Amino acid sequence: MPLKTILSAINSTLDQQMEKDDTVISLGEDAGFEGGVFRATKGLQQKYGKERSIDTPLAESAIIGGALGMAVGGLKPVAEIQFSGFVLPGFNQIVAHVARFRNRTRGTYTLPMVIRMPYGGGIRALEHHSESLESIFGHIPGLKVVIPSTPYDAKGLLTAAIKDPDPVMYFEPKRIYRAFKQEVPDEEYSVPIGKAKVLKKGTDITVVAWGSLVRETVKAMELLKDEGISVELIDLRTIKPFDKETIEKSVKKTGRFLVVHEAYKTFGPGAELISTVNVKAFLYLEAPPTRLTGHDITIPLPKGEHHFIISPERIAKKIKDVVKF
Amino acid sequence: MLTKKFDPLKGKILEVLNHEGKIVNEKLEPKIDDDKLLKMYKSMLLGRIADTKALQFQRQGRMLTYAPIKGQEATQVGSMAALSETDWMVPAFREMAGMLYKGASLKKLFLYWYGNEEGNNLDKSLKILPISVPIASQLNHASGIAYARKLLKKEEVVAGFVGDGGTSQGEFHEALNFSAVFDLPTIFIIQNNQWAISTPRSSQTKAETLAHKAIGYGMPGIQVDGNDPLAMYIATEEAKKRALKGDGPTLIEALTYRLGPHTTSDDPTIYREDKEVSYWEERDPLKRFKIYLENKDLWDDKKEEKQRKEYTDFVTKTFKEIEKDKFVDLEEVFNYTYAEMPKDLKDQLDDYKSYLKEVK
Repeated sequence: MPLKTILSAINSTLDQQMEKDDTVISLGEDAGFEGGVFRATKGLQQKYGKERSIDTPLAESAIIGGALGMAVGGLKPVAEIQFSGFVLPGFNQIVAHVARFRNRTRGTYTLPMVIRMPYGGGIRALEHHSESLESIFGHIPGLKVVIPSTPYDAKGLLTAAIKDPDPVMYFEPKRIYRAFKQEVPDEEYSVPIGKAKVLKKGTDITVVAWGSLVRETVKAMELLKDEGISVELIDLRTIKPFDKETIEKSVKKTGRFLVVHEAYKTFGPGAELISTVNVKAFLYLEAPPTRLTGHDITIPLPKGEHHFIISPERIAKKIKDVVKF
Repeated sequence: MLTKKFDPLKGKILEVLNHEGKIVNEKLEPKIDDDKLLKMYKSMLLGRIADTKALQFQRQGRMLTYAPIKGQEATQVGSMAALSETDWMVPAFREMAGMLYKGASLKKLFLYWYGNEEGNNLDKSLKILPISVPIASQLNHASGIAYARKLLKKEEVVAGFVGDGGTSQGEFHEALNFSAVFDLPTIFIIQNNQWAISTPRSSQTKAETLAHKAIGYGMPGIQVDGNDPLAMYIATEEAKKRALKGDGPTLIEALTYRLGPHTTSDDPTIYREDKEVSYWEERDPLKRFKIYLENKDLWDDKKEEKQRKEYTDFVTKTFKEIEKDKFVDLEEVFNYTYAEMPKDLKDQLDDYKSYLKEVK
């Protein structure tokens, strides 16, 4: 089986889907000839031509609104937004139209489209290049939001997203785009949207994370290996609709819950998950369900970013705090 | 009226000083006093040296991602020189030479690219807005400032900058329309450097020129040799006069070229030919302006050498000063979220502080 990074898994999945289905197309700024600023769409224009691997004019609302039209017109567009911080000109299209089209037309017009975007901090980038906006999109009815943390899931979730009859926001953890390789099968497969994955079984505490923070949590568990704390680690993979059952089952076993995310704290996904834990597993809890999140401040530029980024040490400390409550 | 004489619909481009340093249109040569001419050249030179050094520092791993200005100095300095201290500058993110001309300190500009918000904390009296990364969004701010200053009866104009790629954004249209509808004293300057990362100007719009776009908004547009500081000066000067008369905004398309990469993360050799770059290197704005000043006996090789050395030392010294402050303090990243920190945010800060204390 070939070894792939998250980035190369995304690239080969786009290639596979475009090869199998002529209606799948890719569009974005610099996403054609150059293959995108991160090269996620590299080689697609050379293989499928300019009409199916489009270099768009510089306008996110045109990319997203255009993708909506393409989906209505019979295509399956996969739109790339260069950085999630730049999606905002397209926010009107996403919230006012993309998310609503099925409901608005009582199912006559559905939107099989994907909006891909690199997200997250920790890469010492300029302003608007480090945001984690999954909460904002998770809040909107009609959208699905997925975030892979491994090359295997990057492929499976992207395949599922392209085949999904509804619009899917596909967030790419750019901090770990090239961080590690994993065996990724050549044949087509899907990772179901809405299903979390238990990465490690444990009995003392359930920790939920996604994207690059899964890796940071694994590092935190290394730091704790002599502490005698048995962590059950869940990669949420889908932010919306998220997998309540897996979380419920786990917390009923461990009695403790920690969610870790880089998105801002207030009204973030952590609050939603904790609410589920409270409702579904209240009588099993041995400590207050807890969140470790980005502070409620604009994510700082690189020279202050370390105050914001969630380190393995902070995760380890928080795990200990919850277990010792 | 330059905008009539150099009608973009007739394929006219405003030029005064050609790439060989010759005045091609004597009638249009502006009467700029010697001190100002020298200030213009020196700002361009400082911009160039700071740019070259910034790239070096970046490659040494000392500077973060940086968006070079090389080749675009005349567009920025020529236009800013035509404005007064009381006028406003609304930059995008590739206007360092113009910002230097208008009085921004190199230390602040470097601090920004060094990854410190303090770099955007420019003295309010400079009337320079912070760097704006979301493409073309700043142009609406330019319209808003112009509206406010007009309503408050201030004799001021606002220059808003955008790139060629930015003209594809909805906000470009919205801002130009807004300024035109209210006859605002706004000057929109497109730094058409031919490339929006890897996307060439020809793929960005079917319009023959970007100046053409002005017509649809009911404002004059003009295409200017953006590597000619004198042409940029007179085009901006006329736009300012028009704005202050209450006749509304002007669109200036400055034809220039990004000689460097989009940012230090970009590799332009993937998408453009060397010969295109060398064509534009011959049209270097500094080269022609130096000849112009030499012909006026204002400048010579000796002065050039001395100035270059002085600026190189200054840039190096400035950068070293910045490097002393490695990180931004914790309080700094929290303090500017609101005028008064809400209780919950204060709790978050305190929690984080006690974590830091415990792990020490």
